[in-house]
Amino acid sequence: MLSPRALVLRAPGTNCDHETAHAFERAGAIARRVHVRALAEKPALLDDVQILCIPGGFSYGDDIASGRIFALELAMRLGDALRRFRDRGGLVLGICNGFQVLLQTGLLLADAEGRPRAALAHNRSGRFIDRWVRLEVRGQKCPFLHGLDAPFELPIAHGEGRFVATTPADLAAFERAGQLVLRYAADPAGSSTNPNGAEADVAGACDATGRVFGLMPHPERFVDATQHPAWSGRLDGGAAGAGLAIFANAVKSVS
Amino acid sequence: MLWEVDVFLTDAGSDHAARAVVTGAAVLGIPGCTHARTAAGWLIEGDLSRADAERLATRLLADPVTESFTIAEVGDPKLLAGPADLPLALHVLPRAGVTDPAGQSAHEALSLLGVRPGAVRSVRKYWLPALPHADAERLAWKLLASEAIHDVVIGPLGLTTLAGGRPWVFAQETVPLEGLGDAALETLSRERCLALTPHELTAVRDHYRTLGRAPFEIELETIAQTWSEHCCHKTLGSPVDHDGPAGKARFDNLLKETVFAATREIRTRLGAKDWCVSVFRDNSGVVRFDGDHDICVKVETHNHPSAIEPYGGAATGLGGVIRDVLGTGLGAKPIANLDVFCVGPSDTPDANLPPGVIHPRRLLEGVVAGVRDYGNRMGIPTIAGAVAFDPGYLCNPLVFCGTVGIMPRNSADAAVQPGDLVVVAGGRTGRDGIHGATFSSIELSSTSETQSGGSVQIGHAIHEKTLTDFVLEASRQKLFHAITDCGAGGLSSAVGEMGATLGATVDLATVPLKYEGLSATEVWISEAQERMVLAVAPADWEKLARVAADEGVEATAIGTFTGSGRLVLHWQGRTAGELDCHFLHEGRPKQRLPSRFVPPPVEPVKWSAAPIDLAATLLDVLALPDVASKEWIIRQYDHEVQGASVVKPLVGPGAGPADGTVIRGVLGRDRGIVLGVGLRHRLGHRDPYQMAAGAIVEAIANVVAAGADPERVALLDNFCWGDTRRPESLGTLVEACRACHDIAIEFLAPFVSGKDSLNNVFAWTDAAGHHHERSIPPTLLATALGQLDDVKRSLTPDLKRAGDRLAIVGLSRDDLAGSQLELAGRVTGGRVPAVDTAACRAVFRAIAAAGREGLVASCHDCSDGGLLAAAAEMAVAGGLGAGVDLDAVPADMALPPALRPLALAFAETPGRFLCAVPAAAADRFAAVMEGVPWAWVGAVHAEPVLTITAGGSTATLPLARLARAWRGERTAD
Repeated sequence: MLSPRALVLRAPGTNCDHETAHAFERAGAIARRVHVRALAEKPALLDDVQILCIPGGFSYGDDIASGRIFALELAMRLGDALRRFRDRGGLVLGICNGFQVLLQTGLLLADAEGRPRAALAHNRSGRFIDRWVRLEVRGQKCPFLHGLDAPFELPIAHGEGRFVATTPADLAAFERAGQLVLRYAADPAGSSTNPNGAEADVAGACDATGRVFGLMPHPERFVDATQHPAWSGRLDGGAAGAGLAIFANAVKSVS
Repeated sequence: MLWEVDVFLTDAGSDHAARAVVTGAAVLGIPGCTHARTAAGWLIEGDLSRADAERLATRLLADPVTESFTIAEVGDPKLLAGPADLPLALHVLPRAGVTDPAGQSAHEALSLLGVRPGAVRSVRKYWLPALPHADAERLAWKLLASEAIHDVVIGPLGLTTLAGGRPWVFAQETVPLEGLGDAALETLSRERCLALTPHELTAVRDHYRTLGRAPFEIELETIAQTWSEHCCHKTLGSPVDHDGPAGKARFDNLLKETVFAATREIRTRLGAKDWCVSVFRDNSGVVRFDGDHDICVKVETHNHPSAIEPYGGAATGLGGVIRDVLGTGLGAKPIANLDVFCVGPSDTPDANLPPGVIHPRRLLEGVVAGVRDYGNRMGIPTIAGAVAFDPGYLCNPLVFCGTVGIMPRNSADAAVQPGDLVVVAGGRTGRDGIHGATFSSIELSSTSETQSGGSVQIGHAIHEKTLTDFVLEASRQKLFHAITDCGAGGLSSAVGEMGATLGATVDLATVPLKYEGLSATEVWISEAQERMVLAVAPADWEKLARVAADEGVEATAIGTFTGSGRLVLHWQGRTAGELDCHFLHEGRPKQRLPSRFVPPPVEPVKWSAAPIDLAATLLDVLALPDVASKEWIIRQYDHEVQGASVVKPLVGPGAGPADGTVIRGVLGRDRGIVLGVGLRHRLGHRDPYQMAAGAIVEAIANVVAAGADPERVALLDNFCWGDTRRPESLGTLVEACRACHDIAIEFLAPFVSGKDSLNNVFAWTDAAGHHHERSIPPTLLATALGQLDDVKRSLTPDLKRAGDRLAIVGLSRDDLAGSQLELAGRVTGGRVPAVDTAACRAVFRAIAAAGREGLVASCHDCSDGGLLAAAAEMAVAGGLGAGVDLDAVPADMALPPALRPLALAFAETPGRFLCAVPAAAADRFAAVMEGVPWAWVGAVHAEPVLTITAGGSTATLPLARLARAWRGERTAD
C-alpha cells in the first residue's frame, strides 16, 4: 500500500515545519513542506495528499496577533480549497500557531457563517512560556487521539494559548458536542498543569467531523523519549515519545 | 487620509500592559496611578474610505472574540476619550525612521484585503488617571518608552502624515585633513564619530597626499568602519610590550601569538586527526561533526547598544550572530542560540545610578525580552546561557549572544569570483544604526543615549527568518559563491571584506531604501538589520532572484566584484568615492602598546566570627543571584523548537539546572552537540590569568558533565575589557590571552572563533562637577562546543534512584577568593582558585570513560557554590534526598580543623564533579577512576532531605527548603 501523504504548510515565520515533517515521516507518511504562496498558486497540490498540517511558529511575526495574517491569507486565497479538502475526508492538524490559524479561518469552532466562536488569547501570565504539561483526552470524536487513554505529557511553548469561547453558551455547546477533546490535566501530585488559564482546561479542540484538530501543545517535540526533560535514567532513550501517537493515528486513519 | 484604529481587549481584566503600568508607577513612586487601560493603535495613511478602514479593523486588526475597536481620523477627539476616570491619553510610537515591525507586517497584510495604503505605523496607547504632566512624562520614559527609539505624545497626536523624506540630491563632500594637528584631528574624529586616532588619521592624510586630493566623506567613513576596533581587532592585533609576573614578553601581534598560535599548535599535534575545518577567518569557526556535516559556532557581544536600549540591543545582537552563522562558508543553518548577561545587582538603589544608566532590573527584563522575541520568532532554540550579577557591570552591562550552525561538509570554503554580482538581500536600508561599529569602539557616557540614538537598531525577526529560508534554499541549489552578513559597518564592511582582494563597483542609488532621503554615505554605512550580501555568478542571478521571490525576500544586484583591487562607489553613474583595497585593509598603522600587570597582594583569608552553620550557609548560597534559579528567564525562551533537544537547560522531575545542554545535530541521528559556557569574572582584577583559565575549564567541565568527549571540544573567546589604552588594563588582557594559549594547548581544545569588546568604560560628571569613570571587571566568556557519539549516553545532574552511591571526583583546595562563600559574607581574601591542568585533564577523561561505559547515573560540575550547592541542585532536580559526608572529600587544605568543613563544602576548585553511581556499577566505577583523586562521599535516598555530615556532626535540610531557597522563595520558610 502507498504511504499516506502529508502536506506541511508554511508561511513566512513558520518555524516548526522541519520537525513536524520529520514526525510525520517517523509515523510512516511521506511529508512535504510547502510554502503558502506555492499552494495559493496551485491549490491542486492538495489533491494528492490526505493530511494537511499547519505547524507551529510565528507566521508573519504574529505582529498583529498570533496567526492573524496567515489565517486571513488562507481565508482569502484558499478558503474553498480547504473546505473541499475537509469535506472529502482529509485530515487537518493545526499545532500551536497552526491552532491559532485554524480558529481564525473559521474551520474550527465557528458559527454557520464561519465566524470564530472561540479564540486563543494571551496567557494569564502575560508571558511566553515553554514548559511541559500533562494532558488527557475526552471522548472518542477525534481520530488523531485514538488510543491515548492514559494521561500523557507534551511541551507547550506559546505566549497566546489561553482558550476562550465567545460566550459561556458557546463553551457549553462545544462541550456537549464533544469537541473539546484535549485538556490540561493535574500532575501526579494533584496540581493543575494548565499553563495559560485556558477555559475548561482546553488544550485542543476539533470540529464537528473530528477531522480538523488544533492543539496548543507540540506533539512533534515528543516523538523520541530523549525529548522529555526527565528521560535520562527514567525512559529508554531509544523509545518513542507520546507525541508520535498523534501522527501515527493520522497516518492510520487515512491508510 | 490618516486613520487611526485603536484595538482594545474587551475583558479589561486581561489587559496585562495596564497592570504593568500600575505596578511600575507604584515602583517609581508616582501617586494616583491606580488603574489604566491600553490599546494597540494603528495609523493608516492612504486613499481609504471609512468602510475600507472598518473592514481592515474587522478582518485584520481586531479579534472578533476578544477585542473591540474605535476608528476615527487622527485629530478626532473621540480617539482621546477613554473611560471617564482615565482622562489622560498617552501615545508611544516608534520614531520616524526606526524599524516598526508590527507596522510593516500590517502594511504587507493589508494587500490581502485589496487595500493598498501608503503607510502603516503602530502606536501603543495608554489611558491614565489625571496625573501631573511631569509624572506622566516620567512614567512614559522610565517604563513605557526608550529615548533611543520612541516618541512619546501626551494628548492629541498632532500628526497629519506618515510620509517623510525626499530623495537625496547627489553632493560630494570632502574632508580636508591637511594642516590639522593632533588636537584638531582628535576633534574631527570625535565630531564625526569616526573613532580614529590622530596617528591613524595622519596615515590617511599621507595616503591622500600621494593621490593629490583630500578624502571624500564616504571614503573616510569607509576607512573608519574598516579600521574600527569592532571590525579588526585593533588592540588585540597590535604589537605589545608586556611586563608581568612571568617576566617581560614582546608580541608583534598579541592575538596571533597567543590564541591563534594555540590553535595552530593543536592542529599540528593532531596531524591527520585534525578536526578543525575553518578557524578565525570566516564569520564563525567551523569544525567536523559527522560524515556529512560540519558545525560552526560564533559568540558576539552587543554591550553598548544594549546599555542604551536593552530590548533592541539584545535582539539585534542575537540577530547579528545568527547572520554570522548564516553567512559562514556557503551558508549554515542556525540550530541553537545561547545568551549570557553580566549586569549590576538587581537590588541597586535608584539613588546609586549614575545619570543615563538604566536600572539593572529593567535592563535585564529588557535584554531577556529582546532575546526571547527575536530567538523565538526565528525558531532557533535558546539552550544555554548564564547571568552574572556584579556591581562592576552596573554602568556597562555585557550582553553576549551566540549561535551554533550546521552545514553540509565541503561547504566551508567560499570564494568570490571576478565578475560575480554584488547582491544585497533581505531588509531594506534605512538610517538605523549609523555609526554602530565606531560607536561600540568608543566608551559610553551619560549622554550616549541622546548622541548615539541613531546607532541603536531595532530588529525585525520575521525578515531575518525569511532571509534565512531564502539563503538556505539558495545554498542548497548552489546559487552563490560567497556570502556575508551586513553587520557592523553595514555594506561598507560586507562588500569591503568580500571584495578585499578583488575590489568591487557598487551603485549605491540602487540599494532599496525604507524611505527616501539617505545620502550615499548613509546607504553605505547604515547598519539596518536583516541584510546579507551574496556574490552571485551572472548566470545564476535569475534563479537566485526566483528563490528570493518564492520566499518573499527582496534581492537586488547593486554592483560587481571586479578584480580591479579598487572599491568604486557610484551614485546613478557618478563617482561617489574610490578606495584602494590594499590601503583600506592593510594601511592601518600599528602602534606598539605598553602593557603592565602587577598582581595585587593576596589578602590572608579571614573568616566571619559567627559559628559556622553549614545548613544556613547553604541556603544563603543557593539564594545568591549567580546561583539561584534562572527559570524565569529560561521558560520565556523556546528552548525546544526544531525538535532536537536532548538535555534541556532545566532537567529532571524537579527542573534543576543542567551543566551543558545537548541537542541532536540531525533529526533521526544519534550524534549530539553539547554547549557550555564559563565565566569567572570575580577573579578578573585579582588574577586575570586564572580568571581566563578558570572560565575555560568551567566551560569544558560543563560539556563534559553532559557527556561530551573531552578530546573533541572547540572553544570560543569573548574578551570584554575596560580601557586598554591604559597599560594596567592592557596588562590584564595580555595575562588572559596567555592563559587562553596555555590552557587550550593543555586540553587540546582549539579556539575556533572569538570576538573582543574593549573600552567598556562609563564616564559621567556628577552634580558637583566631578568627573567619574567606571570600568568593567576584566571578563573572558569562554564557550565550549562539545560533541558526543550517542545522545542516549548524555549525562544529567538530577538524582535518579535511591541507593545510588555518590562520588566526588577531583581534588578540593581551600582557594576561596572570589567564591560564592565570599559573596555570602562568610569569608574574605584567600588565594584565587588555580587550574591544575594535568589533574583536570585526567578528571575529564575519567568522567568521559565512566559515562561511555554507562557507569554514571547523574553528574554535576561543582562550580558556583561548590560541592554542597551541586549536591542540593542534584537533589532538587531529581526529587530525591542524599547524604554527603564532607570528611570523606579528598582535599589539599591547610586550614584549622574548625574551618575545614566550610571550605570542603563550598570551595570552587576547578575540575571537580559530583556523580551518582548505581550500586551495581560501583566497583567498575572505582576501577575507571584509578589514578585520579576521588572518593565515595555518600548516597542517594528516597527520604526528601539533604543530610550533611562534617566533623562528626550532622545537619539535615528538607528538599523543599533547598528548592525554595534556590527559587528565591525563602519568605515561605
